[in-house]
Amino acid sequence: MTGNTLLSVEDVTVDLPTPRGNLRAVDHVDLTVGAGRTLGIVGESGCGKTMLSRAILQLLPKKAKLSGRVMFDGQDLVQLAPEKLRKLRGRSLAVVFQDPMTSLNPVLTIGTQLIETLQEHLELDDATAKKRSVELLAAVGIPAPEQRLAQYPHQLSGGMRQRVAIAIALSCEPKLLIADEPTTALDVTIQAQILDLLAREQRRRHMAMIIITHDLGVVAGRTDEVAVMYAGRVVERAPTPALFKKMRMPYTEALLAALPKLDAAPHTPLPAISGRPPDPTRPLQGCSFSPRCRYAVARCQSEKPPLEAAETSAHQFACFHPIKTHADADA
Amino acid sequence: MMLQSAPSVSSEALLDVDNLVVEYPVGAKIVHAVSGVSLQIARGETLGLVGESGCGKSTLGRAVLQLRRPTAGRVLFDGHDLTAMQGDALRLMRRRVQLIFQDPIASLNPRRKIGDIVAEPLVIAGVKDPEKRKQLVHEVLTAVGLDPTLVVGRLPHEFSGGQCQRICIARALILNPEFIVCDEPVSALDVSIRAQILNLLEEMKGRFGLTLLFIAHDLAVVKAVSDRVAVMYLGRLCEVGPSEQLFARPAHPYTALLIEAIPVPDPDVRPTETVPVGEPPSPIAPPSGCRFRTRCPRADQRCSDEMPELRVVAPGQFVACHHPLI
Repeated sequence: MTGNTLLSVEDVTVDLPTPRGNLRAVDHVDLTVGAGRTLGIVGESGCGKTMLSRAILQLLPKKAKLSGRVMFDGQDLVQLAPEKLRKLRGRSLAVVFQDPMTSLNPVLTIGTQLIETLQEHLELDDATAKKRSVELLAAVGIPAPEQRLAQYPHQLSGGMRQRVAIAIALSCEPKLLIADEPTTALDVTIQAQILDLLAREQRRRHMAMIIITHDLGVVAGRTDEVAVMYAGRVVERAPTPALFKKMRMPYTEALLAALPKLDAAPHTPLPAISGRPPDPTRPLQGCSFSPRCRYAVARCQSEKPPLEAAETSAHQFACFHPIKTHADADA
Repeated sequence: MMLQSAPSVSSEALLDVDNLVVEYPVGAKIVHAVSGVSLQIARGETLGLVGESGCGKSTLGRAVLQLRRPTAGRVLFDGHDLTAMQGDALRLMRRRVQLIFQDPIASLNPRRKIGDIVAEPLVIAGVKDPEKRKQLVHEVLTAVGLDPTLVVGRLPHEFSGGQCQRICIARALILNPEFIVCDEPVSALDVSIRAQILNLLEEMKGRFGLTLLFIAHDLAVVKAVSDRVAVMYLGRLCEVGPSEQLFARPAHPYTALLIEAIPVPDPDVRPTETVPVGEPPSPIAPPSGCRFRTRCPRADQRCSDEMPELRVVAPGQFVACHHPLI
């Protein structure tokens, strides 16, 4: 995959100063995304997944300190001049947020916002930009697209707003789309529609995508690779089928087990993960998951397990006592 | 066989909601939030109520407790009609019913100490002895898995979402209620914390002999705790049935669609792309006949002409559909 790597996050760390001390939001993360591929980043609130996406987009809060490299399409975004970054974002690097109102301007019409984006990045005359806007709205499944151009975001439902946000993100044919919890605010039937829409547009445009979510169900059928984050670190990373077939990191296993299953009988107690994630301003010396881990031993408390390859170099995990697979049991 | 309401599994219904209607004005228009819902919950039973945003499930929960007065219909709680009660009589009855909300942090007064928050229902109920109150607060906080000595003197912002929901549950339990409406109690919580709170609710239900109306949009969450499930769409019930049966053999096309839309955490299960068309219409102008017909693949002329009533399709399973799947 090295031949066509589009994005390579190299040893990225994000520190945020807070009144309670330094908060390490992202802790030495390495990730790659190949052209046209989909990476899922999964984790619970505060695990650093959104900060990581903001580090990639270079949209961190001003006071945040970033170290490491973010190589995108041959250039290091960390070193890139603000002017060039602005040209890149929206053009070859696009984003869709959880709440579409984060990216939509409430006082401008849908049409103005689409046409503005198109004309900012592509040299289109008014008529062409308008025509392209209508096509984009139709492509993302918005009925009566021509009439929608004159409407304001508040006149649309949540699902329709997210479709508009996706239309804007797709407008300049990005090479990479980062979707940060794109369906979390939406109902389940609308969620399925939006995820299908993203998948369809991705195939059609051969675009790479990062889906950030707290829901293992969202990444399972819709990504090539998954990275699981906990307390700022990637703790397991694998091709999607391999991850679900043989999870190695106890946290990944516990997260999946804690999900209520539709095929379980009612009143089946859920294997909950006791406790809660550590305070990010008080980092632990050892493995961050060790206080909640049922496999933890003394070493887990004193030493941080590195992210290392398992049987195949594609499957990595950070654990001294990974869950045994059948192959291990035979050996 | 035609039936207006879905009977419960047991003959003794603690709650009997009969043809409940909630409408309210928005400007010159009327929102039809709940349009003739009937359901019963047996003592000791958990009824799950699922539906998407705006379907009226929260409004129904509030109307049951008379926090929003219904426009029409009756709510019998243990034989007493709550809709006919006023003032002190209603206040006394309310001690037996409680409500737990979705956003646990917003449900707690940020300026008051946890000990006072949890004790407040006792103060309102007239428990005058501070020692007695303190003892009950300690007992209930211990029951929900918190250490009272570490908790009572602190403020809500010092706690995580999961801990705040434990505090809300403690406050709901302190008057020893019989019936609790849980309105999306775990939707704002992370997966690992959500499982803890669901297990806690199940444990408390057993320990305190509670009857629950569990409202949520997540079918898997609802199935995990419910004996029976009611599916709501745009102000009306589509289907009611025993959890296991309803999920294994849904009769209403909307129930089937909801089940199909759930993302399954298994990469071998490819997401189906036979996904629902469109979005729910506005409750200001609901469609004639069956309210789901505008999104339903099976809809025909009859569905727009004639409103389907709940009728039995299998033992204990009721559907409001002219063309059910079973």
